[in-house]
Amino acid sequence: MAGGIKKFVVGSFDDEKVLFPAVKNVRKAGYKIHDVYTPFPVHGLDHAMGIRETSLHTAGFIYAITGTTTALTFMSWVFTKDWPLNIGGKPNFALPAWIPITFELTVLFSAVGMVLTFCYLCNLAPFVKKHHFHPRATDDLFVMAIECTDKTNDAEVQAFLQSAGAQEINVQMAETGWWIGRYHKEQKLYKEEKGY
Amino acid sequence: MSLLKYESQLREPLVDGNKDYHQVTEDIIRPIEMKPSRLWYIGFYISVALLLFGVYSVYREVTYGIGQWNVNKTIGWGWDITNFVWWVGIGHAVTLISEILLLFREGWRTGVNRAAEAMTFFAVMCAGQFPIWHMGRVWMAFFVLPYPNSRGPLWVNFNSPLLWDVFAISTYFTVSLLFWYSGLLPDLATVRDRAKTKFRKMFYGVASFGWSGSTKHWQRHESLSLVLAGLSTPLVLSVHTIVSFDFATSIVPGWHTTIFPPYFVAGAIFSGFAMVQTLMIVVRKVLNLQDYITLGHIEAMNKVIVLTGSIVGCAYLTELFIAWYGQNPYEWYAFKENRANLFSPYGWSYWLMMFCNVVSPQLFWSRKLRRNITVTFFMSIIVNIGMWFERFVIIVTSVYRDYLPSSWSTYYSPSIWEIGFYLGTFGLFFTCFFLFAKYFPVIAVAEIKAILKTSGENYKVKMTDIEKADAEKFYIEEVEHAH
Repeated sequence: MAGGIKKFVVGSFDDEKVLFPAVKNVRKAGYKIHDVYTPFPVHGLDHAMGIRETSLHTAGFIYAITGTTTALTFMSWVFTKDWPLNIGGKPNFALPAWIPITFELTVLFSAVGMVLTFCYLCNLAPFVKKHHFHPRATDDLFVMAIECTDKTNDAEVQAFLQSAGAQEINVQMAETGWWIGRYHKEQKLYKEEKGY
Repeated sequence: MSLLKYESQLREPLVDGNKDYHQVTEDIIRPIEMKPSRLWYIGFYISVALLLFGVYSVYREVTYGIGQWNVNKTIGWGWDITNFVWWVGIGHAVTLISEILLLFREGWRTGVNRAAEAMTFFAVMCAGQFPIWHMGRVWMAFFVLPYPNSRGPLWVNFNSPLLWDVFAISTYFTVSLLFWYSGLLPDLATVRDRAKTKFRKMFYGVASFGWSGSTKHWQRHESLSLVLAGLSTPLVLSVHTIVSFDFATSIVPGWHTTIFPPYFVAGAIFSGFAMVQTLMIVVRKVLNLQDYITLGHIEAMNKVIVLTGSIVGCAYLTELFIAWYGQNPYEWYAFKENRANLFSPYGWSYWLMMFCNVVSPQLFWSRKLRRNITVTFFMSIIVNIGMWFERFVIIVTSVYRDYLPSSWSTYYSPSIWEIGFYLGTFGLFFTCFFLFAKYFPVIAVAEIKAILKTSGENYKVKMTDIEKADAEKFYIEEVEHAH
């Protein structure tokens, strides 16, 4: 799935203490931060970048009550409508005895649903390949990618990043989406691979 | 600066040595990129051999029937269910390590949680084998699932604790797999981006799902791990409660007690921590990770062992007291004659359990012994043996003499195929663990990096100056204020 090829100015920082003011200044200067890639979750970075809170946990809650309802309706239907069994003379609608299974299905639905949603939202799956701006973004560098439009003067952005404390700065043409691919082959741009 | 979160100097550093982010990656990922040591091969081959023995034992059991085991009419549940509960217990505790400690924001979990999650997953896999193969006609195993069938449809009995177990164990297996693997993704991406060989690039490329480390993804990832941890904590408690219901909802003297759920959960934490100790002491040595799994980590786990060991001891005594106080002749007989009487056929196992689980962990009241690796390793084995015997005592001593003395069992000892099955699950567990330690980062790299600047040794040293400056400033302000 092609997200389209865009031009980015990429700066990498080696300390989150430098990164935070840089994020602030870049936003103030009116540049559009495409993303910041970090080797670990840097707390507060999402707020600094102005990303809204995730509502993944709300999705989790919805999956959870789906699980609860599924379990309860199914067991009630089986034991009161479809095939009522006399088990030790106890009532057919044996709610207390169904609590364990209801709870397990609640957790199961919620966990599976949330992980699938997470993978869907973040485009994560086996054989998915993306453009990575810097191989050390998963090691020790904080990599900021600034999106360029037609009007952006990338030399200016580079100078700006330099003054903000970035270590390595370069300009990259990159596919923003993901595509099916494997990592042992040389990473090629979508354009080069397809010839357009 | 909010990043330099203050952490008390009284706390020991969680990461020793002079480390930066890159060094952390190097230290933890290097073992994956190197050829495994001779020790690894020896361990791996022994595990595979055990696994094959287990496979053959199971083959015998499936081909010739449950008669291959020495379980009989009175002792229907022998080694197999003992082993099932034992493995599940180990699985539970290691989940608790990674999840409850995450909820409590305990920094020290980062050193051990990844390996612990892997152990959970492998332990549940081993545990699942026992009830499945115990079915005898294992090709009918799908009968436990409530699917529309041509027999009515005749549904499963949702009121039965054995069915609750089916749901509990399979949910637990799934959720622990998801928790473990979603946590692994960023670390696998780290391995991928360092990879030099074609195989590693391809393997870790596929395994890391194209993780990029985007801030938005991290935000979702954090939310996901927190919610999964929040779900798993009650899940663990519920699963072991349900396992204890297998016994507690029956009317067998010795099983029919309301204390079982909390008692089983405490026992599970106890044995699981012991298992983590056993493995982590070996892993930190073999993979050279002493800076990440420090003596502080080992001591923290030993504290949990002495706490849960004492809870378990308390439960044993409560159980005994209530059996006497309740004045039910059958129950009191089960406790007094079948268990506490040293000269009854299985009395030895009761006292062995008492010694291993209640007496021996008391050593850990001493700080010196808590921080001694040899003692810890030895103790962790003792505790594992003790906890195995706890399940054995509960199961076998309760059923070998039932209500009808004429059907009292002859002495039950396992057949070679029963033992083989148990050894086989060890083989399965360790084969998986060796492969995990070779191909996956055994420590959560990203999580260590996240705590490095608050709990790393070199950063703590730097923080001492900040703290001193802060204290001086505070003192000056106070003095000025006073005037």
